[in-house]
Amino acid sequence: MLLKDKTVLITGASKGIGKATSLLFAKEGAHLILNGRDEEALLKLQSEIEYMYGTKPIVMTYDVGDLTQIKKAFQLIKKECNSIDVLINNAGILNDALLGMVGERQMSETFSINLSAIIYHMQYASRLMTRQKSGSIINVSSIIGRFGNVGQTVYGASKAGVIGATMSAAKELAPYNIRVNAVAPGFIKTDMVKQLPEEKYEERMASIKMMRIGEPEEVANVLLFLASDMSSYVTGQVIGVDGGMII
Amino acid sequence: MNTEKLKQIFVECLGIEESQITDELTYNAIPEWDSVAHMALVAEIDDQFDIMLDTEDVLELSSFAKAKEILAKYDIKF
Repeated sequence: MLLKDKTVLITGASKGIGKATSLLFAKEGAHLILNGRDEEALLKLQSEIEYMYGTKPIVMTYDVGDLTQIKKAFQLIKKECNSIDVLINNAGILNDALLGMVGERQMSETFSINLSAIIYHMQYASRLMTRQKSGSIINVSSIIGRFGNVGQTVYGASKAGVIGATMSAAKELAPYNIRVNAVAPGFIKTDMVKQLPEEKYEERMASIKMMRIGEPEEVANVLLFLASDMSSYVTGQVIGVDGGMII
Repeated sequence: MNTEKLKQIFVECLGIEESQITDELTYNAIPEWDSVAHMALVAEIDDQFDIMLDTEDVLELSSFAKAKEILAKYDIKF
């Protein structure tokens, strides 16, 4: 098992990539801390994991956009688990708007959840990881953060910010043997995709060289590689998981 | 006892003599107490006193005296 006895916090764990990652990591022997806002979904996932793998994840229902709740979560992690080995910063929101229609509220909410929350989580997790001189942090960016897209100036900026934060934190934390990497998923079968009108969906599909949508499990596999010692000499990297998508 | 414990943390993390540690010892006033040493200091304080300092407290921990004042908030008595 690649993550045997590793303590892993996954944000946005209740669905999509977060849920697939939770299931895969549990299978690989991780002690999970599942974060999300939908407590009912998290408790259901907790039961599912306990039934399938005999290990009961800790559920932490909090809004990653609320710094006070992040602080409390890490104080609890220190108390309950003493430390943390892997952080998966997965929680994110998608609100599309053409540049001329970007509102202040949309902008602050997107940056708060997609970017500030990631930096705060890295800040607190690295405090715990520094003591043990090991750890792996993986931030979920997006293909939009690398190449941009129409109607996604704010989302793209927040996800590009994730890449900048990843590369900087990787340099700062490398001396402590803490690795920081990012994945940039393309078109993945999640709730975010369900929001797309059919015309847009077809347009996206046409831009993928592998001619199919990606499964959340295919992103989870890359997250597993980056979380485990299989990637022990990999830091400051952004790995695209997009089936050859061109934007 | 906790004052001595805190002094030892400063000695180890900043690599200075115990005689240099007074309440007036201030962040960035000596070359040894730079930002990198500060984070090591915070990690050791967290570890030794089994707490997790709030980031605001990490930023405000600007002197030895201030360190004691901040730790008092976490029920550590001096």
